[in-house]
Amino acid sequence: MSQLEKSFELARAENRALLIGYLPAGFPTLERSISAIKAMIEGGVDVIEVGLPYSDPVMDGPVIQQASETALTNGFKTGNVFEVVAASPAPTLVMSYWNPIERFGVAAFAHELKKVGGEGVITPDLTIEESESWISSTDKERLHRVYVVAPSTTDNRLTEVSARCSGFIYAASLMGVTGARTDISSAAQSLVERIKKVSKTPVCVGLGVSTGAQAREIAKYADGVIVGSAFIKLILESNSESEANLKVKSLATELAAAVRR
Amino acid sequence: MTTDLIGHFGRFGGRFVPEALIGALDELSLAHQEALNDPTFQVELMELHRTYTGRPSIITEARRFSEYCGGARIFLKREDLNHTGSHKINNVLGQALLTKRMGKKRIIAETGAGQHGVASATAAALLGFECVVYMGEEDTKRQALNVARMKLLGAEVIPVTTGSRTLKDAINEAMRDWVTNVATTHYLLGTVAGPDPFPTMVRDFHRIIGDESRAQMLELIGRLPDAVLACVGGGSNAIGIFYAFLNDQSVRLIGLEAGGTGVETGKHAATIVGGTPGVLHGTRTYVLQDDDGQTRESHSISAGLDYPGVGPEHAYLHEVGRAEYRAITDDEAMEAFSLLSKSEGIIPAIETAHALAGAMKIGKEIGHESALLINLSGRGDKDVQTAAKYFGIPL
Repeated sequence: MSQLEKSFELARAENRALLIGYLPAGFPTLERSISAIKAMIEGGVDVIEVGLPYSDPVMDGPVIQQASETALTNGFKTGNVFEVVAASPAPTLVMSYWNPIERFGVAAFAHELKKVGGEGVITPDLTIEESESWISSTDKERLHRVYVVAPSTTDNRLTEVSARCSGFIYAASLMGVTGARTDISSAAQSLVERIKKVSKTPVCVGLGVSTGAQAREIAKYADGVIVGSAFIKLILESNSESEANLKVKSLATELAAAVRR
Repeated sequence: MTTDLIGHFGRFGGRFVPEALIGALDELSLAHQEALNDPTFQVELMELHRTYTGRPSIITEARRFSEYCGGARIFLKREDLNHTGSHKINNVLGQALLTKRMGKKRIIAETGAGQHGVASATAAALLGFECVVYMGEEDTKRQALNVARMKLLGAEVIPVTTGSRTLKDAINEAMRDWVTNVATTHYLLGTVAGPDPFPTMVRDFHRIIGDESRAQMLELIGRLPDAVLACVGGGSNAIGIFYAFLNDQSVRLIGLEAGGTGVETGKHAATIVGGTPGVLHGTRTYVLQDDDGQTRESHSISAGLDYPGVGPEHAYLHEVGRAEYRAITDDEAMEAFSLLSKSEGIIPAIETAHALAGAMKIGKEIGHESALLINLSGRGDKDVQTAAKYFGIPL
């Protein structure tokens, strides 16, 4: 059983949803992204999703775009993502658009990630049709492979995509890009219900989740809640590293309390 | 030709997109296939081209410009005479009719030089759609006249302020809009890039350029041209004129990319000449990228060629050696721009001037016996300001 699977098991035993926190590697600097991840975990985040900054993030809203741009301007290189994963004290996945992985070398990327203790990779723009080399490499390294499905995904396609996921299935709560929203649409719950009909893999809901109230709602029907932009926004708004990490930890504490059923 | 059912051209093409868009791409693919086989659709589109676009476009022999091309006979396919001033209208009207067929009422588009944005706004006005055009802030400045044209046509123009603020970022922003509004909105992509079915579909709407030209050349000179030349940014006008000649092995197909200040300087948009295979905007193709797969900024005097990717079918034609690609610098393009204007009374778009500069080289290489067909993809009205500045003409 992987560390990620153990985390799901523990959360289930405690009658709560898993809390997953997202931060881009190298934002605002390599050191600070690591200290922010530690602050998240101190606050109660169970699992970390480390974003690999990319120049053309079409699935991301303004906050993550800005964070990615900052990381790249500050000199982030693909290899740095492994340092961040290695430094993370909790089970950690990488989220990356496809081109940086392909450019690094598909097999090499999977191998390096496994070597530093990574749990798996979330690939928001890789379709199952283009996944041949990725499936063989992640199988070989025993890494979890997470695809992102959306409310518009048909039942047939959900079956196909879910069958290729391991660890969890990422359910996008709405049609759109990342970033905090005031409401979580009812589309999220019906999507989770549709996935549950075709797969036994845990389902986590992300996109637009920023508050304890939203997390509490999602925790009622999903196995995990994913929060990203809300953490980044706090870092963007802070004047110092210590202020940022205090705010990050405090949001994590609020969310961790909310995911208890 | 696509070499399989999911939009690959050899190892290029395919779909690299969020799952959220798969349904819309499948829907579009189906609508495109049905339309291809539906005589009613084809009749409606051809009627629009005849009565609105102004097709078939004529061929002009450029007898005086020929002297700058080693005496080769130069034939210009006059896509600049189409309504809205470029080849872009061919694809836009086709996709607009598909939009109607799919029951959608809102179109979004990206634009670099503004030609595709203007064509999209035009089609939206004609068919009564809401139209939003994303345009890099940098390009809205370079092409202010086209921004005004789009607004006059009733479109909303949204300046994109992220990244390099050019065409690449306008596409990112259009894709974000599409992911959000896909149920009601058609993304009217303006070039042969992007995820399947765009490269195939956009090519199919532009192949009329080559189909007409091939017949016109046979009628004019009783044989096929020795070479067909076109500028390549995303590559829509080039694939449009190349396609009819793909199986004519005697005809060289030559794409001219934007060499900026020179490929060796790194400031260029010559994706095939100076790039490497990668994934950008939903397709596998040649990309200007760094060692980490981050997209590099492209540079060109021509906003319409200023794009760090290229259509996947061009990547394939390059790899199998059926088409050749060369880079033309800003200065070479501007020289050709000036020469055509003064020798023929035709002011070309700066994009198109790259193809003309290519003809000046190729003509000299293969000599005065040869016949070259050039896609005169757009007119230069929109570039008057840029050209005046370049040549030091006070405004």
